[in-house]
Amino acid sequence: MSKVHLELTQVGISFPTPKGSFCALKNVDLKIKEGEFVSLIGHSGCGKSTVLNIVAGLYQATTGGVVLNGREVNEPGPERAVVFQNHSLLPWLSAYQNVELAVKRVFGRQKSRAEMRDWIEHNLELVQMSHAMHKKPDEISGGMKQRVGIARALAMEPQVLLMDEPFGALDALTRAHLQDSLMEIQADLGNTVIMITHDVDEAVLLSDRIVMMTNGPEATIGEILDIDLERPRDRLALADNASYNHYRSSVLRFLYEKQKKVEPLAARREKSEKAKTSKHNAA
Amino acid sequence: MNPAILIRQKWQRTSFGVAQWQALAKAILIPMVGLVLFLGVWHIGAKQVDTSLGQFPGPAEVHEQWSNLRSEHLSENDREAAFYQRQEDRNAKKLEKNPDAEVRWRDFNRRPTFFDQIITSLVTVMTGFLLATFIAIPLGICIGLSNTVYRALNPIIQIFKPVSPLAWLPLVTMVVSAVYVTDDPIVAKSFITSVVTVTLCCLWPTMINTAVGVASINQDLQNVSRVLRLGWFTHVKTIVLPSSIPMMFTGLRLSLGIAWMVLIAAEMLAQNPGLGKFVWDEFQNGSSNSLGRICVAVLMIGFIGFLLDRALLLIQSWVNWDKSAVVR
Repeated sequence: MSKVHLELTQVGISFPTPKGSFCALKNVDLKIKEGEFVSLIGHSGCGKSTVLNIVAGLYQATTGGVVLNGREVNEPGPERAVVFQNHSLLPWLSAYQNVELAVKRVFGRQKSRAEMRDWIEHNLELVQMSHAMHKKPDEISGGMKQRVGIARALAMEPQVLLMDEPFGALDALTRAHLQDSLMEIQADLGNTVIMITHDVDEAVLLSDRIVMMTNGPEATIGEILDIDLERPRDRLALADNASYNHYRSSVLRFLYEKQKKVEPLAARREKSEKAKTSKHNAA
Repeated sequence: MNPAILIRQKWQRTSFGVAQWQALAKAILIPMVGLVLFLGVWHIGAKQVDTSLGQFPGPAEVHEQWSNLRSEHLSENDREAAFYQRQEDRNAKKLEKNPDAEVRWRDFNRRPTFFDQIITSLVTVMTGFLLATFIAIPLGICIGLSNTVYRALNPIIQIFKPVSPLAWLPLVTMVVSAVYVTDDPIVAKSFITSVVTVTLCCLWPTMINTAVGVASINQDLQNVSRVLRLGWFTHVKTIVLPSSIPMMFTGLRLSLGIAWMVLIAAEMLAQNPGLGKFVWDEFQNGSSNSLGRICVAVLMIGFIGFLLDRALLLIQSWVNWDKSAVVR
């Protein structure tokens, strides 16, 4: 857990628009160690997903680059498995077949048929989906779909697991449940994880480090917060933990004081009043 | 929804109350009323039209001609059976007298009946349609997957799509005559001409709809494919084909409808055997029964077209991964 595993250097990206190029990200520098759990948090539209997509290789950075284990990332690949926000399971394949597609692609040459079957079943068991593994995505709940999505990503034995708001579309109870599962799995397997989230509690509970992003355009890393809480973490015990609450409030302070997205109503009203009076004066 | 299913669902309940009667009325009675009204208008309208071939046939006359056509078909079947029976008896007798005698087996020269023409038309339309499908779906997938291929082929598609079968026919006839030259043809030239004309006209809807279906695949699924680095073939098989099946079938249904329409026109114009030729022959024949027989053919053409569409729907619900999808 010491050497640099994944390194983002001066990453920036601009998208061409009819009004000229739009710079979404600028100067993102981040070093991630092996086995580390890093959360990216920020207001919507600040470019969190863009960072993740660049690491995944789905987008190409305009400036700078990403290096994983000494090799530059240029295209997507199974060593950087992605858990998508809306699960993205193939609706015509069962849970088992969805995982199988990934396993066949990654281990098709190394494992025998029986070994692959065991490996698929093992991964589905890891996310507690053994009982419904032959069901199609339409037949299972949102939380279960997301579990299968995680199983599919884990089954690729990725060097980095990239999660794009994996629990964003779930209800609070299911989310808590899946967070606990994810913590257990991560403690077991020691994956390096980058997770995007909107949820401050989720970030503090799961992460070793929280990367807080400033608002776009030209978004970049605002602050990085080390979460020095002992593992395994228990959400009930942590609720009264002083340092947990301290971490929580510092993330909140960053989001709602330093990177205020919405101006308070009073301030907005004042501004528009001013604009009106200045118009009057001009007239 | 399919009326049959609707009725079955209603029957499964134990009581047969007002709601059930209403459902029954919706499913059966109202379509029946429509049909009866249509027959009435036809009956009265037909009486007002006098043609050089006599009065325009009403439903009763058409029904009579339908019976005639059936009995003609049956008598032709009898004639054929009798011919072969006679031939067999004759040859058997010959062999009895002299076991080394040379016996000749001749084929019966059958006069194609209305029902024979239907079969010919069906075989032709299916051949043309399948040929078009085998060309259109792979091409449609390529067009949908690649913008470059799309740009290259789009002008050609747009220009050839609206061309009428009647314009193609002379060209196709001449080319087939020039190219298909054998002493021992497996299939008739007229068959090839019809098939090629049908294919040329019904390629386009399948091709365009497949291309649109392929081009509008969910971006997330494409990302999954990219992360897994699926090969081209696996990508097409596991992601492209299943997600574009609904659009593909929309195209196939349009194509089959066009194929059937085009075929009748082509047969009529080119004197290829089939329903189109039947209609044309009756028209040229000009007897007092002709119009009634043509009406039978018109209704039959419509009915077969409807059945073909239903058959394709059935195949779609069988092939489609989403069994809960409502196909109509």
